[in-house]
Amino acid sequence: MQSYLEFEKPVAQLDQRIAELRAASEGDEVDISAELARLEAKSAELLATTYAALTPWQKTQVARHPSRPHFRDYVAHAFEEFVPLGGDRLYGDDQSIIGGLAKLGERKVVLIGHEKGHDTETRIRHNFGMGKPEGYRKAIRLMELAGRFNIPVVTLVDTSGAFPGIEAEERGQAEAIARSTEACLALPVPMVAVIVGEGGSGGAVALASAERVLMMEHAVYSVISPEGCASILWRTAEKAPEAAEAMKVTAQHLERLGVIDRIVPEPIGGAHRDPAAAARALGTAIGDELDTLAQIAPEQLRRMREDRFLAIGAN
Amino acid sequence: MSWLSRVRNSLPFVAKRETPDNLWVKCPSCQEMLFVKEYEENLHVCPRCNHHGRINADTRLGILLDAGYDLLPQPSVKEDPLKFRDTSKYTDRLKKARANNAHSDAFSVGSGMIDGRPAVVGVQDFSFMGGSMGMAVGSAFVAGAEQALKRHCPYIVVTAAGGARMQEGILSLMQMPKATVMTRRLKEAGLPYIVVLTDPTTGGVTASYAMLGDVHIAEPGALIGFAGQRVIQDTIREQLPEGFQRAEYLLKHGMVDMVVERKDLKGTLATLIDYLAPKKAA
Repeated sequence: MQSYLEFEKPVAQLDQRIAELRAASEGDEVDISAELARLEAKSAELLATTYAALTPWQKTQVARHPSRPHFRDYVAHAFEEFVPLGGDRLYGDDQSIIGGLAKLGERKVVLIGHEKGHDTETRIRHNFGMGKPEGYRKAIRLMELAGRFNIPVVTLVDTSGAFPGIEAEERGQAEAIARSTEACLALPVPMVAVIVGEGGSGGAVALASAERVLMMEHAVYSVISPEGCASILWRTAEKAPEAAEAMKVTAQHLERLGVIDRIVPEPIGGAHRDPAAAARALGTAIGDELDTLAQIAPEQLRRMREDRFLAIGAN
Repeated sequence: MSWLSRVRNSLPFVAKRETPDNLWVKCPSCQEMLFVKEYEENLHVCPRCNHHGRINADTRLGILLDAGYDLLPQPSVKEDPLKFRDTSKYTDRLKKARANNAHSDAFSVGSGMIDGRPAVVGVQDFSFMGGSMGMAVGSAFVAGAEQALKRHCPYIVVTAAGGARMQEGILSLMQMPKATVMTRRLKEAGLPYIVVLTDPTTGGVTASYAMLGDVHIAEPGALIGFAGQRVIQDTIREQLPEGFQRAEYLLKHGMVDMVVERKDLKGTLATLIDYLAPKKAA
């Protein structure tokens, strides 16, 4: 069953009427198909206009939607093959960051990304997509492998942030993130990063320091969660909608700021309404980017990546 | 000018007429009343409990660099790119911070000598908006690294920050990879990059240039970590262990090489530079 967000209430009401009408008409002689079609068109139009004008806070909710496609859905619908590789060879295998060898069409890539999980059991197993040091160190290992074997790197970023816990601090969460960012910058192969859901702070940047950074249409990317920002600057988490607005967290804002390069369109009503279509659009966009980057020499790729970040903030 | 008078002159309250009010300071840790002069002469370290007080950029540069160093100009950056406003305007917060600070933002760079050894020292100043890393901090960090590359000498960075500057949104986050571009360039040039972690160093600063040094030094008792303690407590709902995220805890867990008292910092840096600095061309 479709779960509706607060701002989708008018659409939900309409959809409910359609469902009731359909149920009531079952076995009935009266033909209501014209009326049904009219209501369905109205619902679709309402959904489209709602999603064309989402506020930053509404987008944050869409990006966090429980049915939003995650790593495993993108792998299933956009990639032909995925061979998972595991472990950081130092401590353990973090399930919140997954990686391995994958095929996008005919292209071989090293694919790395956050996985949030889709039900209670998997959410716990994947720690809600909050990476631990061993996850970032696995990512470093896989990026280095990609560099040695001349395979491009694709990352799918989807995290509220790196895990804030005692053991993560003990094992050097900050160091792991810093090294992962460094590993991105050092890559001698093309790297394409996509913020597919939430791009939360350092935990996101550690996998997104690429020469091409893409965002799904309704994804968000920010230095701190709107709630976190609001509780610090407004002294109440209830001001999260204002904080989301002020921080300019949407793909559309970030493209204007030059922080991302390309927006991948989502199905009407968000990626969660048609995960397979969202994944196909993502696959096409990544493929395009990889084909363009394939022509560029390793030194030039690194230079592109460096220049991109050095230019940010220069007057 | 001796480093001591430099330190003294950089304290805003010393310039005022000496009244009994500013003859004494209270140690923020043990609450002991200390004679200001004694506290300053002790490099803002409490002589009773050894608490290492927070110091501003000029005081720090005065302690670490030989007299006569050059202060690099602050690179110009776009101001308030997001037109950010919370309970007050970001531009007003900046104005207020500047009125109370000798510098225009939270990262200052001195280029000079450490006991006669060429070095560039970048200092993050917690008193300027919590040392937070925005575009000005990132650009000043880059300028310091470029100066070290130009002089072909070590780059020492003294960190202190709550994290990224939220008022610059994503652009503050982008300072993490930006600074990392420069630590890589120093590495490629064979120049030592030494980090001195001071109280407090957390968030995006720790998760980028503060943890990428060839050598990590921490001041005693400094709070150093990725996540804030309240955030951790809210997430795991457990009591945090004694001394959690303090310099000594990081030493025990292998994240820093040494914990060094402020009075020994300059000497320690000089020793490290002797080992690591590029050999002079014959």
